[in-house]
Amino acid sequence: MELKTKINAEDGKQEIFITREFDLPVELLFKAYTEAGLLEQWMGTKVLKLESRKHGSYELETSDNKGNVVFKANGTIHELIQDKKIIRTFEMDNVPFGVQLEIYDFEALSPETSKLNMHMIYESIAVRDQLLKLPFAQGLNYAHNRLQDVLTNLK
Amino acid sequence: MNLRRDVFQAIADPTRRTILLLLTASQSMTAGAIASNFDTARPTVSKHLQILTECELLQQKQTGREVYYHINAKKMKEVADFIEPFRQMWDERFNKLESVMKDYQNKK
Repeated sequence: MELKTKINAEDGKQEIFITREFDLPVELLFKAYTEAGLLEQWMGTKVLKLESRKHGSYELETSDNKGNVVFKANGTIHELIQDKKIIRTFEMDNVPFGVQLEIYDFEALSPETSKLNMHMIYESIAVRDQLLKLPFAQGLNYAHNRLQDVLTNLK
Repeated sequence: MNLRRDVFQAIADPTRRTILLLLTASQSMTAGAIASNFDTARPTVSKHLQILTECELLQQKQTGREVYYHINAKKMKEVADFIEPFRQMWDERFNKLESVMKDYQNKK
């Protein structure tokens, strides 16, 4: 089966390409990135600020159920062309990953389908590699924690 | 999510990692032969084999009266490939985007 989401991360480079085809008109795909209420729903984070225009900026924040902030990120929008392109920076607070440049190309494949090409550029090869491995490490951690939970419950 | 089928949970367990190593070295083994490498009870090893089979890291093959276990190379490669969890994370995120926007489209 053809994978819907494709990642291209060549060794020794500080960039990642992500492509994905959507069963959505390109206008709706673009809207998912430019309307705060919609972005909140699919990203699962609170949007404190989102100025969807050239030279606008944005701020995201996620809290756990006790009200502690667990994720905070912000960036500025360098370019925004309706239904076609967004160029923005993205930086997470309190993590040593620096700032990344994100180039989003929105493409209509048919009136009902579209494609997103994401090009992410990081400060260094080391940072990129670390971010690539993060979900892998989290997967292992998660599995480990689950195991701990099960063992604790047995006691 | 069915945790039983989570590959990363499967390989986080030391006994299961040892089973995978054994099978990498010997190509194929019966449950009895695998169990003889451990001090733990045979049913415990069977349980581990069942988990590894359910998440498709192992495959079973019936030869006569014996069932042999061997490594599913394709699935092992997927796990060895550390980019796969990153890809899955984005895939899930985009699936969510797609379903949120379909709801939005239908409400209009």
